[in-house]
Amino acid sequence: METTVKVQQVSKSFGKKTVLSNVNLNMEKGQIYGLIGPSGAGKTTLVKMLVGMDMPDEGMVEVLHTPMPSLTMLQHIGYMAQSDALYNELTGEENLRFFAAMFTMGKAEQKERIGYAADLVNLKDELGKKVSAYSGGMKRRLSLAIALIHNPSVLILDEPTVGIDPELRQSIWNELTRLKNDEHKTIIVTTHVMDEADKCDMLAMVREGRILTRGTPEQLRQQFRANSLEEVFLQAGGKQS
Amino acid sequence: MRIRALIRRICEQLLRDKRTLALLFLAPLLVLSLMYYLFNHTGNASDAKIGVVKLNPQIIELMNQQGMNVVSYDSADKNTLVKDKLDAVIEMQEGGIHLILKNNDPSQSKALQMRISQATSALSEMTQEQGNAAAPKLSLTTEYVYGSADTTFFDTLSPILIGFFVFFFVFLISGIGLLRERTTGTLERLMSTPVRRGEVIAGYLAGYGIFAFLQTVIVVLYATLVLDMNLAGSIWYVLLTNLLLAFVALSLGILLSTFASSEFQMVQFIPIVIIPQVFFAGIFPLDHMATWVQVIARIMPLYYGADALKSVMYKGLGFSDIALDLGVLFAFAVLFILLNILALKKYRKL
Repeated sequence: METTVKVQQVSKSFGKKTVLSNVNLNMEKGQIYGLIGPSGAGKTTLVKMLVGMDMPDEGMVEVLHTPMPSLTMLQHIGYMAQSDALYNELTGEENLRFFAAMFTMGKAEQKERIGYAADLVNLKDELGKKVSAYSGGMKRRLSLAIALIHNPSVLILDEPTVGIDPELRQSIWNELTRLKNDEHKTIIVTTHVMDEADKCDMLAMVREGRILTRGTPEQLRQQFRANSLEEVFLQAGGKQS
Repeated sequence: MRIRALIRRICEQLLRDKRTLALLFLAPLLVLSLMYYLFNHTGNASDAKIGVVKLNPQIIELMNQQGMNVVSYDSADKNTLVKDKLDAVIEMQEGGIHLILKNNDPSQSKALQMRISQATSALSEMTQEQGNAAAPKLSLTTEYVYGSADTTFFDTLSPILIGFFVFFFVFLISGIGLLRERTTGTLERLMSTPVRRGEVIAGYLAGYGIFAFLQTVIVVLYATLVLDMNLAGSIWYVLLTNLLLAFVALSLGILLSTFASSEFQMVQFIPIVIIPQVFFAGIFPLDHMATWVQVIARIMPLYYGADALKSVMYKGLGFSDIALDLGVLFAFAVLFILLNILALKKYRKL
């Protein structure tokens, strides 16, 4: 398998606080890679480095064999932050169109991609409505559609299912699985929900800026002789302290 | 391409926000009108308190008849006037009458001056009629504690007001507009696309610039056509100056929104950044103040904007006289724009 995202010996601190220390990760094409860990573990900082919004103090981040930060690489990365980050005064379609324009695509392509992305998240009939009239779940779906608008080969989702009802969560995960299988995208997801971690192909457990352990969910369970990932996480964390 | 999309989005957003549009376009007109009526009322001299020194009793009698409150002094100067809260001091000197006006309220001063000059000329006529034809006509010299002879308050205030409103409202709306992008995370999301930092700032300047331009045109036209404000020079220079001022406010608002984490904190910049500029913009003449006061004034964009506006609207000067002011405003705008592009590094290092 082709390695698409490479994190090498990355360390980062804000002032005296060390947020990441010596993080190494390799993510492959057609893989859902889960970063799990409690809030404040450094997941978001790591994710922001993948998008080039933050720079490591030491080490380097490569996406599709290009060192980050790189403006041209951003064309191939879809990023969805923790907050919905939508323009509430605008309609769903206007939001999509605006972000599509940021990725410079032709009129026809724009239209096609908006249709595709809206279809994907089941928002086609709601595109004409203002976002302020959307429900929480609809906003989250629109946010996901925006992250997919330019057909990125690497998709980075920071806690995509926070505050979403189980049904919608299910449908988002189905979609992520489809994107992985059919379109061979590299999908990076952060979460602190353990049952979601089970749906990832690879997991890295992050705590206090360090990768505690990594592997497939099955490997991790065997390694720690645990029944659930929750136990794995508690055990792995316990070893450190 | 991206800049166009940014501009379009900003326009769509603002056009849907009717309240903000009203604030931008109607509030300046409302406040300007109120100020106009407050400052342009006809001065009332009849309840003035006046100190007199060695004045002809006939004139005192005349003034008392008009309802003025006349107090006699042996001698009086500016200090007496200020200390005893007089509105004016009239002193009979050799060969003429010396008038000291407090000029706190220029419209009252005007009225007072008119009454007194009527009174003195009446007195001159009386002395002449009494057969003393050779008596010299009484001359009237006037001195001002505050301001000068040709001031009507609103004349000097209106150019400053126009500049101020353009500055203030553009600052507020662009600052809060961008702040909302920061707090909702849309700016971060925007920076996760391949858009360049310069493109973002250019889009913002142009997008909000359109509204700032419209506001400027409306305010200037309303002030000169409807309120009939004094416009001695060319309206084009007024527009040009205000436009530059709007760009400074726009880039400053966007810049300061970097340092605010909520709308509330953005509003807190008003007493720090906006209000002092009003006072240093020339409402009070700064010429005779301490050097440090003048230095402070010179780091304030509104000082240059108001100076240029006053030059054009009040003194009727042309481009060469305001070129320096405009140049400084332009430099302010460029400085703030560059700082903005730097400040966006907070969101993306590239």
